[in-house]
Amino acid sequence: MYQFNYQKAGSQDDAVSALSSAEDGKFLAGGMTLIPTLKQRLAQPSDLVDLSGINDMVGIQDGGDSITIGAMTRHVDVANSDVVGSKIPALQHLASHIGDPQVRNRGTIGGSIANNDPAADYPAAVLALNATVITNKREFAADDFFDGMFATNLEEDELITAIRFPVPEKAGYAKFPNPASRYALVGVMVAQTGGETRVSVTGAGQDGVFRASDIESALSGNWSAEAAKGVKMSDDGLNSDIHASAEYRAHLISVMASRAVDAAG
Amino acid sequence: MPTVSMTVNGKSVSAEVEPRTLLVQYLREHLGLTGTHVGCDTSQCGACVVHVNGESLKSCTMLAGQAEGADVTTIEGLANGDDLHPMQEAFRENHGLQCGFCTPGMVMSALDLVKQNPDPSEKEVREWLEGNLCRCTGYHNIVKSILAGAEALRG
Ligand SMILES: Cc1cc2nc3c(=O)[nH]c(=O)nc-3n(C[C@H](O)[C@H](O)[C@H](O)COP(=O)(O)OP(=O)(O)OC[C@H]3O[C@@H](n4cnc5c(N)ncnc54)[C@H](O)[C@@H]3O)c2cc1C
Ligand code: FES
Ligand code: FES
Repeated sequence: MYQFNYQKAGSQDDAVSALSSAEDGKFLAGGMTLIPTLKQRLAQPSDLVDLSGINDMVGIQDGGDSITIGAMTRHVDVANSDVVGSKIPALQHLASHIGDPQVRNRGTIGGSIANNDPAADYPAAVLALNATVITNKREFAADDFFDGMFATNLEEDELITAIRFPVPEKAGYAKFPNPASRYALVGVMVAQTGGETRVSVTGAGQDGVFRASDIESALSGNWSAEAAKGVKMSDDGLNSDIHASAEYRAHLISVMASRAVDAAG
Repeated sequence: MPTVSMTVNGKSVSAEVEPRTLLVQYLREHLGLTGTHVGCDTSQCGACVVHVNGESLKSCTMLAGQAEGADVTTIEGLANGDDLHPMQEAFRENHGLQCGFCTPGMVMSALDLVKQNPDPSEKEVREWLEGNLCRCTGYHNIVKSILAGAEALRG
């Protein structure tokens, strides 16, 4: 690891001002992505601003027809939340299958979304559930937040403070995990919210998470596992790597979508 | 350099370290607690698992500074003098280790599981070990050891 300065912010304002005054600062959340990146010397920030002391960025609020999850809420806390379990069980299922128990004890929803790993799970939930990403500056609609692999429309010193998920009528998530890392080789979330059907795919796209409009149309007319499975996805723009070819990923998308519909009921 | 203080295995400790010092380095290099191992640099193997404030985590993926004021337990903190902890004893009895490199992480991870779920099924044990890799045993005897350790702890 290269040298850096470390400081722990006491409030959102502290964190943002510490980052703005640093030469090349980075927020540190659970560190489950950032610390491995630093260890490999793939990044050289001058300062790390630790968000773990900011109390109003942690916790899960039941807003009736929505749930708001603080950005610093860990995967384990979403996985163990009764509110999430009763209102959006698909989100609870997703959180409880991220990585391994030690990763879930540290990693946070805000860190996962800010990082937008093309194989991460939460970006699929944000997009399919049409969540709102709340920052210190504004609110992003899900469709406006992600901007390609490992990229978002956040500004340099913009802090995600919470994510608000509307409660869907139905939602389901199915992932085919990479057997070594547990990241999604392909993960699909299907959801019906306020009569709208949304389907998101993670793990497969060269540009990261995306909506599968063909499966959305198929499910809007006929919400069934068969309808999802019947869609033949094109392999255009999908990843090919040592784990799976683009063609195989295309096939997996329809299969995972049908399992997600089954899970949603 | 900043001073980082915490409680490790019941003792208050303090050391001046660079901000980039990982918790595992602090434990091994500053405190000489070499039972916690480093088996990878990708946060995947779990050889470095310790408990911080009662929860298992990978000490190679946390800065020592992030553990300021925390209560840390490592593998060295389990035995009572010469008497092994029941989970350690279960690994010995059930041949749950070969080279032993992964074992401290396995034991620390297992103890977090049985704290939450004192009577886990074999499937639950296997799922829980997602973040602990072993290159020797094939996991079979590790799972057996954890089930036996859980039983011993239930008394
Ligand atoms: C072994 C292993 C397996 C994993 N498996 C999976 C998996 O199966 N599925 C999955 O989805 N993920 C997986 N992960 C990643 C894990 O979920 C991470 O926790 C997550 O991607 C990053 O969250 P973090 O809180 O650790 O963020 P950090 O690593 O601390 O930060 C990540 C990035 O986000 C920025 N950031 C953090 N918080 C904020 C904020 N509030 N506002 C703005 N920017 C912010 C940081 O500056 C940094 O650039 C795995 C990780 C490991 C090590
Ligand atoms: S040393 Fe491999 S996960 Fe920590
Ligand atoms: S016993 Fe050798 S790595 Fe597990």
